[in-house]
Parts: sequence; C-alpha cells; structure tokens
Amino acid sequence: MPEKTVTIASRSGLHARPAKIFVQAAARQGVAVRVRAGDKPSVPATSMLGVLALGARQGTEVTLQADGPGAEEALSALAELLSRDLDAEEPADA
Amino acid sequence: MPEIVRGLGVSPGRAAGRAHRMARPPVLPPAAPVTDAAREIGLATGALDAVAEYLEGYAAKASNLDARAILEAQSLMAADPSLRESVEEGVGSGLGAAHAVDAACAHHREALIAAGGYFAERAGDLDDIRNRAVAAVLGLPMPGVPDPGHPYILIADDLAPADTANLDTGTVLALVTEKGGPTSHTAILARTFGLPAVVACRAAADIGDGTWISVDGASGEVEVGVGEEVAAGIQCEAVAARDRRATGHGPGRTADGHPVPLLLNIGSAHDLGHGDAEGVGLFRTEFLFLDRRAAPSYEEQVAAYTAVLQAMPGRRVVIRTLDAGSDKPLPFLRLPDESNPALGVRGLRTSRIQPEILDVQLDAIAEAGRASGAEAWVMAPMVSTVGEAAGFAERARARGLRHVGVMVEVPAAALHARRLLEEVDFLSIGTNDLGQYAFAADRQHGDLADLLDPWQPALLRLIAMCGEAGREASKPVGVCGEAAADPLLATVLVGLGVGSLSMAAPSVPGVREALGRHSMAACEEHARLALAAGDPVRARAAVSEA
Repeated sequence: MPEKTVTIASRSGLHARPAKIFVQAAARQGVAVRVRAGDKPSVPATSMLGVLALGARQGTEVTLQADGPGAEEALSALAELLSRDLDAEEPADA
Repeated sequence: MPEIVRGLGVSPGRAAGRAHRMARPPVLPPAAPVTDAAREIGLATGALDAVAEYLEGYAAKASNLDARAILEAQSLMAADPSLRESVEEGVGSGLGAAHAVDAACAHHREALIAAGGYFAERAGDLDDIRNRAVAAVLGLPMPGVPDPGHPYILIADDLAPADTANLDTGTVLALVTEKGGPTSHTAILARTFGLPAVVACRAAADIGDGTWISVDGASGEVEVGVGEEVAAGIQCEAVAARDRRATGHGPGRTADGHPVPLLLNIGSAHDLGHGDAEGVGLFRTEFLFLDRRAAPSYEEQVAAYTAVLQAMPGRRVVIRTLDAGSDKPLPFLRLPDESNPALGVRGLRTSRIQPEILDVQLDAIAEAGRASGAEAWVMAPMVSTVGEAAGFAERARARGLRHVGVMVEVPAAALHARRLLEEVDFLSIGTNDLGQYAFAADRQHGDLADLLDPWQPALLRLIAMCGEAGREASKPVGVCGEAAADPLLATVLVGLGVGSLSMAAPSVPGVREALGRHSMAACEEHARLALAAGDPVRARAAVSEA
C-alpha cells in the first residue's frame, strides 16, 4: 500500500486548528486515507478523535497510507499540509 | 412579595435581570433491553449530529480565534465517523441510545488521555459532547451555559473553567452559584470581568428559570421575584455606576492624596491590557513552566520577562518565582506524591530539592531587568521562616537584583513580619493562601467558604501585623490576593498599613473610586471597625455603615 512519512511542522502539533484543517482536508479526498504515529495502530484521517489520540507534537513523524486510484495525489496533498506550520498561517475567515 | 436569600458576596456590584440556570449533566436512565436497534442507533447518531451542528454554530459566534479553533475541533469530534461506529457496536451489544453514546465517548476518552499533554486536556471537550448528546437523546435541556437570547443572570451549581471559556460577558449580568467560595473559579472569573457575583448560596437551587432577581455582589443578597420594573431600575443604576468608574483614571490615592499604587496581577504580557497601569504587583511565572517535560531554557525565560518589563518602562514589575509543587505538579520537578499537597513541597520549598531551577530563573530575571527600563522586583512564594527569606535574598542579590521580597501566605511569616523585613526589601501578602493556612480550610472546599472570607477579623489581624512592620521599617507592604479587588475591603487594607494593592485589571476602576472617596483617617477607622468585629458579616456591615 502506498505510504508517505512526514514530520509535523505546526507549533501546537496536530491539535486544535492544524488538526481541524487536516481532518477536513482528508474528508475532501476521493480515497480513504489512514494515518499512524509510532507503534500505535493507524486511524482514519477523517477521524478527529483518532487524529488527536495520535498525540503528534511538533517534530513527530507520522505515516499516511492510502490505496487505489487517486491515492498518490491524496497522500501528497495531505503530506504537504502537515509539513507546513499551520499555526503560523492566518485563518482565511478571520 | 420578593424573597431575600443570602450567599457570600465575592465580586461587588449590583445587577438585576431574569435568572437562567446552567443545566446539570444528565443522569443515565437504568439500562433497558433494546427492542429496535435501528431506532436506538438513529437516536444516538441524531443526537451527535445535533451536538456537532450546535458546536459549529457556537464556534462561528466566538470572537476569540483560539476559542474558535477549539470549538471547531470539538464540533469535528462530535461529527467523527468513528464515534458513530462505536455507537453502532454498543447498540449491537445490547445498549440503548443514551448508554451507547456514553460508552462510545468513554472508549475514545481513554485514547485521548493516553496521548497525554494538551491532547489529554481535550478529554474535557469529549465529556461535554457526551453530556450534550446524552441530554439530547433523553430530551433534557442541553447542559452548559444557557443562551436565552437576552441578558440574564447565570445560576449554577458551580462553574468550572471549561464552562466559562466562552461566557459572553456582554449577556451575563451577574453570577449566582450554590457552591464555591471566595477563591473559587467563579469568584476569580467574576472579578476578572467585573461581574457581580454571589457564591455559596444554597437557596439558588430553588430559583426558577426566567424569574426576575436582583443580585448584590457586596452583601451577598439575592432578591428573588423583584418584578421587571424594579429590575430595570437597578440595572439602569448599575450601568451608570459602571460608567462613572470607567471615566476614572490616574494613580490610586486616598481622598486626601496618600498614594496607593494600584498594580496588576498578570500571567503573561498578554494580561497587561492597555498598559496604562501603575505597575505589576504579581507576575505569575507558572505559564512558562506548564505543559512541559523540561524546565524552560534561560533564553526563553529572559524573552518572556523582558516582554513584560519593556511594556512597563520606569514602573515596578514584581516577578514571583515559580509557584509550583505537589499542589500544582510539574513533571520535571519529579516530586513524590504527597498525602497533603497544600502542606507539602510547594513554592520556594521546591528549591530544596531542585535549586538549579530557581537559580536559572533568577539569572533570567536579572538579565531581563538589565535589558529593560522597568524596575524588576522579585519575590518568593510560600516563605515560612526568616532563614528562608534570608537565603532567597542572598541568592537574588548575588545576581544584582535590588528589590527582593517574599510573599506572606503562611501565618508564621506574618507573625515574623518585622524580622522578615530585616532581611528583605518588601512583603506581598497573598490573602487567599494566608486565609487557607490561618483557618485550616482548603481553598477548594465549598462548605468552608465562610472561613475563607477575606473579611475574617483574624485574617485582618495578620495583615495588620505586616502593615505595622512595614510602617516601622519604612518598607513597602502590598496585598496581591483576591481581597485587594474588593473596593470596600481595599479601604480597610489601606487603613491597616498596606501601601499597594494588586488585582486583575478590570477590578482597578472600582478600587480606585472607593479609595478616592475615603481619606486616610477614614480608612484607618474602617480598619479599626473591621478588626473589632466579631465575624466577617459584622465586619462588612460595620464598615459599609461607617
């Protein structure tokens, strides 16, 4: 299954705003994406509770997995998001 | 006929309006066999959908961006597909809708707790979702702060920080709680926002939703069933009084011109507001140390202290060294569990075990002081003996700090105020802890609220000992506890010899106005009356009538 590993760049970790942006982006992908950190089992990237329970802080490596048509594009898009410091970016709706 | 009920007034001011109650968390019904699984799943997921939608709408209304991000994340938790999968599993194993929601939330709660740190703190958000969804399934009112669509007086059992994170202080006119004490979260919140508040008012349980009531946050009286016209009159007067206070400005002084600096209690540069305060009387440095696996670095501390000092050029900033310990545990202190944390290794005592944390902090404060134009004062919390004060002073002065003081929170320190002032340059009285230790009453214990009343004459006697010692030594003695924020009590404190008062920024105008109306002689008379009274209620009454 295609995978992509990326380091969390957001200052607060995968938490609050960054987690929200990530989960919403995952829901927009045409393919199911799962994410895991360390030796914990993977969780659906669309699950806010699962993503928070990863406990991914700034600097934590997480691995994204997806299968089937569109998987590579979905993985690239989500990995790109996680590699940015989402806390430093102004909310678009503010 | 209106009925008068009483509690403890903890935040002065008057207000009147309709009472609305914060609903309690729902109680699960007895388990019943499931006859229609599809219906139970529909009920449970429908309730979770409703909660997600409610939270999304609430987030959109939040003015604070951080609060909005938390609420949006919480809304996504309620909308989480895996929560629905857990609900379906629960119903499949024979649970009804309410129990299935409860079990699903409990399952995910454990995973959050295991993630630790701020992820674990989100367990409180999940508890809130659970309470709201279970209430929705059972057809009960939604727990949490009500939203009646008009200004109202909030009635609650007690208020926790999570309940009030998004409290709209434009809509809530006053707070009345059945439990709580003068130093409970409700009291501190009310004073921070300048809302009148009465706590420990047991009869509040019987106030019906929508009843017109009036609240006197100084006397602790709540009048139930006042009628709309009377309420409108009181509210009108309250707004006028607030406007009068808002127009006051300038340094604190008595009517006959004795200066009484009105300083701020802050947790970071963020709390400084407009920056027109006379100085900072209590800069709590704990925020730098919370949520950390290791102590913050020297450089990080220098930056944080410099940010506050630079905002107060030429003014006094009193920095309190780390006040943590077994009562407020921090992982890197590596303190063993204690059976009685309030009486354990806390405040300055932690430096018996890890002196290097205080050394680095003092180095950072000294460096920040050199680099800025403000006067960096430093003080240690939880000092009990003259020896501890002398040891702290030696360490601080060795780094070039010129204003070194200690907090008076332990009766032993008040009893030796004179001798402490032979070693240090100033005293700052923490009335909340001083009350707790003088009366052997836990600050969090709602049933002992009367013992923690800052008007207790025995507490005032301890403060008087510090005030006298300060006058004799010509060294400053201030109060930085919640007592300083009570305008009437502020006149008593000044009469007892307290030279500066430190409080949350919204409390400053009320205290400034009260001091401006009383001469030093009147303040001294207030002090005599309060010390002579038999109990806090009589002390307050005697001074109000003076």
